[in-house]
Amino acid sequence: MAVLHPAPRPPLLEEALAHGGPIIVFDRVWLAFDEKVILRDVSFTLQTGHTKVFLGASGAGKSTILRLILGLLKPDAGRIFVNGEQIDDMREDDLMAVRADLGMVFQEGALFDSLTVRENVGYKLFEELNWPRTDANRRVGEVLGFIGLADFIDRMPSELSGGQRRRVAIARAMAAKPRILLYDEPTTGLDPITSLTVDQEIIKLRDLEGVSSIVVTHQLRDAFFIAEHTAVRRVDRIAIERAAGQKAEEAEFIMLRDGGIAFEGNATELRVRTERDPYIHAFLS
Amino acid sequence: MPGRFAEWLKAALLEVQEYVRMIGKVGRSLVSRPFYYRDVIEQFDAIGVGSLTVVLLTGLFTGMVLALQSGFTLDQFGARSMVGRLVSASIVKELGPVLTGLMVAGRVGSGIAAELGSMVVTDQIAALRALGTDPIRKLVLPRVLAGFVMVPVLTVIASAVGMVGGWIVTVSLLRVASSIYWNSVVEGLYIQDVWMGLIKPFVLGFTIVSIGCHVGLRTHGGTQGVGRATTNAVVASSVAVIAVDYLVTQLLIVLMY
Repeated sequence: MAVLHPAPRPPLLEEALAHGGPIIVFDRVWLAFDEKVILRDVSFTLQTGHTKVFLGASGAGKSTILRLILGLLKPDAGRIFVNGEQIDDMREDDLMAVRADLGMVFQEGALFDSLTVRENVGYKLFEELNWPRTDANRRVGEVLGFIGLADFIDRMPSELSGGQRRRVAIARAMAAKPRILLYDEPTTGLDPITSLTVDQEIIKLRDLEGVSSIVVTHQLRDAFFIAEHTAVRRVDRIAIERAAGQKAEEAEFIMLRDGGIAFEGNATELRVRTERDPYIHAFLS
Repeated sequence: MPGRFAEWLKAALLEVQEYVRMIGKVGRSLVSRPFYYRDVIEQFDAIGVGSLTVVLLTGLFTGMVLALQSGFTLDQFGARSMVGRLVSASIVKELGPVLTGLMVAGRVGSGIAAELGSMVVTDQIAALRALGTDPIRKLVLPRVLAGFVMVPVLTVIASAVGMVGGWIVTVSLLRVASSIYWNSVVEGLYIQDVWMGLIKPFVLGFTIVSIGCHVGLRTHGGTQGVGRATTNAVVASSVAVIAVDYLVTQLLIVLMY
């Protein structure tokens, strides 16, 4: 069997980044495009195995945060750590190694429209990690089974519905077993039933595969569903249940407003805060 | 008004800077790994084999019309038998490389800009980078290599077919014997002309494809932006073909003649 994780970490780092360790850290990050400030002094920490849900109006800088984590954009000031590596001033060639451990689900999926579903999902395994053909094909079948689209393996992206495309994008992001998954508006534009399926995939990946995740959305229903539910492996099936105790604390919300953090806390705290803060109240109601 | 000119100048300089940076990256990715062989072969097929029909037709008709026009002009001096000289010299030195370049600019330059442009606006380029692939290595280098190698091959074919086109008209309409035409073709060509006809298309192929890639990758503004990028790519690479043709001709004349 080929390597499971693209980049094995040194033992000390492995220990530091075990469950609850700081897998993504933003330290006083600033970013502006020309005169417009997109992020002002943003700091947060994503712990291993946890979820951060970013809420905020369009243009509040939510998607920008994901692009900074991937190194697709560079901050003007501040430091960003991913997987124990400082990436804010890293060269493009070195960033490729950091990206090996990141999976990103883009808005609208961003599937390669000249490739089949199989080639899209297995892109990284076939092209970048050079997995043996049989192992790569098995993994592609496995992840497509996980998201329930095994029958669509030879279709082209243009033959899929919006929801299916989004789920294939999730499969592509998870195929190489990254430790971190980033979701950019994964349910925007989908009907409530399909949205729920996508939410459940995100929960399953987090709770059953131990993936740390950042979800950017302005769909509140989905945000709360992801934060307040957990996936449990039963004898014959995987069950999605309401999270309780410690598990319920592992998902945190960050609300961005005018480039800064307007709120940070768990689902219960967000509901309490809604009563007092008119902006959050307006946003949530 | 000076403010607007300054803005325009700044934008133009930025464009040149980004183009040169892209060329630098292409050079670096040529000498380091990974190298995507499959994409290179695909592009050789798409750019080379795909452009064959249009280049064949262009070459054929150019040769034919050239023979027709020069035949009647030469008649005034009683020199109809010299028609082969005119056809071969002008096709091999100028028309073959330039017309092939223009055809490839129209067909390939626009295609590349549209393809890369739509990949940019649908986030597929960002997705590539997120999956650990450098778009320059995966998309630009194979296309530039294919342009650099295949445009000269296409040019040789276009020139050859052009001379055959000239032969058809000369023999059938101008009533000049086949052997006289071909003798005249060979007499009209000097080795420097052949070199010029062979060197120019390498530069043209590189220019057309690299401009297409640059314009495509700098696309912004949704589907409208893709349309704009496609038009810009064709206009810029067509003008570049003519301008680069002049500059390289000037340089080669200094060096070879």
